[in-house]
Amino acid sequence: MAPKLPIFLDNAATTRCDPRVVEAMLPYFSEKFGNSASRNHKFGWEGEDAVELAREQAAALIGANPKEIIFTSGSTESNNLAIKGAAEMYAKAPVGQTGRGHIITATHEHKAVLDPCKRLQREGFDVTFLEPGEDGIITADMVAGAIRPDTILVTLMWANNEIGTINELPQIGKLCHEKEIILHTDATQWVGKMPTDVERDCIDLMSWSAHKMYGPKGVGALFVRRRKPRVRLEALIDGGGHERGMRSGTLNVTGIVGFGKACELCKEHMEQECERLVKLRRKLETELSKRIEVTQVNGHADKRLPHICNISFGFVEGESLMMGVKDIACSSGSACTSASLEPSYVLKALGVGDELAHSSLRLSLGRWTTEEEVDFAIEQIVKAVEHLRTMSPLFDLHKEGIDISKIVWQAH
Amino acid sequence: MAYSDKVVDHFQHPRNVGSFGTSADVAKRTDVGVGIVGAPECGDVMQLQIKVNEQGLIEDAKFKCFGCGSAIASSSLATEWLKGKSVDEALTIKNTQIVEELSLPPVKIHCSVLAEDSIRAAIADYRKKNGVVAETTAAAH
Repeated sequence: MAPKLPIFLDNAATTRCDPRVVEAMLPYFSEKFGNSASRNHKFGWEGEDAVELAREQAAALIGANPKEIIFTSGSTESNNLAIKGAAEMYAKAPVGQTGRGHIITATHEHKAVLDPCKRLQREGFDVTFLEPGEDGIITADMVAGAIRPDTILVTLMWANNEIGTINELPQIGKLCHEKEIILHTDATQWVGKMPTDVERDCIDLMSWSAHKMYGPKGVGALFVRRRKPRVRLEALIDGGGHERGMRSGTLNVTGIVGFGKACELCKEHMEQECERLVKLRRKLETELSKRIEVTQVNGHADKRLPHICNISFGFVEGESLMMGVKDIACSSGSACTSASLEPSYVLKALGVGDELAHSSLRLSLGRWTTEEEVDFAIEQIVKAVEHLRTMSPLFDLHKEGIDISKIVWQAH
Repeated sequence: MAYSDKVVDHFQHPRNVGSFGTSADVAKRTDVGVGIVGAPECGDVMQLQIKVNEQGLIEDAKFKCFGCGSAIASSSLATEWLKGKSVDEALTIKNTQIVEELSLPPVKIHCSVLAEDSIRAAIADYRKKNGVVAETTAAAH
């Protein structure tokens, strides 16, 4: 059966809400509309009960205690709270001075981590941006090599959003605990897809988001460790003292209910889902690599998430490739639509050449992706690349045996 | 996506894709002028070839393009406009005409500039091969 078009292969950007999540949320828009902070009546109690259930569901997914879950508006807020909140709390010198402490992160982190780190850098903190190897992975050794006596925080994503590669998080966790340094991880792409145990893996702070795991947009969480060590944060939003004073503001009860349900469903289906997605992703990668010459799967071959595939096709340009695969909703590694013409900074961090970075696709699978859709995507991508290569002067040069990298181009 | 129908049409059905031989062959042919502009790391490489007859008319034109849909459309359109023109007439083609014909948005104007440059480069190559002193080199911009 032909799949319904366009097909959605952009699940790393967002996912469709699971109908069971929507169903769980519905009563909290209407009859159960209470403010979870209202202590004096049934409406408030209903809201509070629902939030506490969601807190348990979220905690159960990651091996935490429910008291360690702080609800936020999503990963960007969680990352900001974790990074700025920890830096301010553990700063070695007061505001306005330099030498306030050292932070370690990496060049291919999400902007929601890089930008808070850069702000802290302007505010008197030192930041080391680790460079991943060609495989895209940050190892514990790299972190160990960057730790200084004044290091107060390490913030590294569990798995990368563009290429799906997995950093050595458990090892980095152990290292940070030995050195008594706070470890934050942006686990937005990881949680819900892969088994997570913050206790075993020595995570102190962890961000994740509902809409990447079949929940609603606008809600996420920050895990904040309470024991060994008890992590404290300087709040970013002051007000009614909600969420243990770390995040004031009336709770998004409806969203939180959906988040909790989404966590529960991910826990329940993780094993089969992971297995199914790995199979589909492998099919995508092997078929495309087999049928199209000069194709490169970016990032480590095995240490990667089940659902993210990032693949470059030589001699074709990314934006035209996107035009060619018009029935597939996916992301391009090229940001050519902006005036900057900059290829993906993540691929550049891996040392992927500009030409290949320009011609990459990120295809990300999800709970609703079928094998028929993957087959359709393979056919359309093969056709698009062939069409573009008949037009590509670079492909001609390649066919003539001329090394493009040796040509001196007259850059425009 | 803000592609005009004309851009989409040129993208899906590009006119005059191809070349008049391998890069080594066309380098030797005096009836063919080749213009290659842009660079892979910028995301655009345009190759335009013109075949000029003894009367000095462009009897055929071919393009190849590594670039976005607008770049492909700009070079495809350029080949259509070149055919049948004299070399001097070809030099009157301006990027603004391409912008207008394809309704290119401001961020895509560089694609039309590239097309104009490739026309000029192809003509300069043709003239150089035929001992004509180039009146115009690549447009300054």
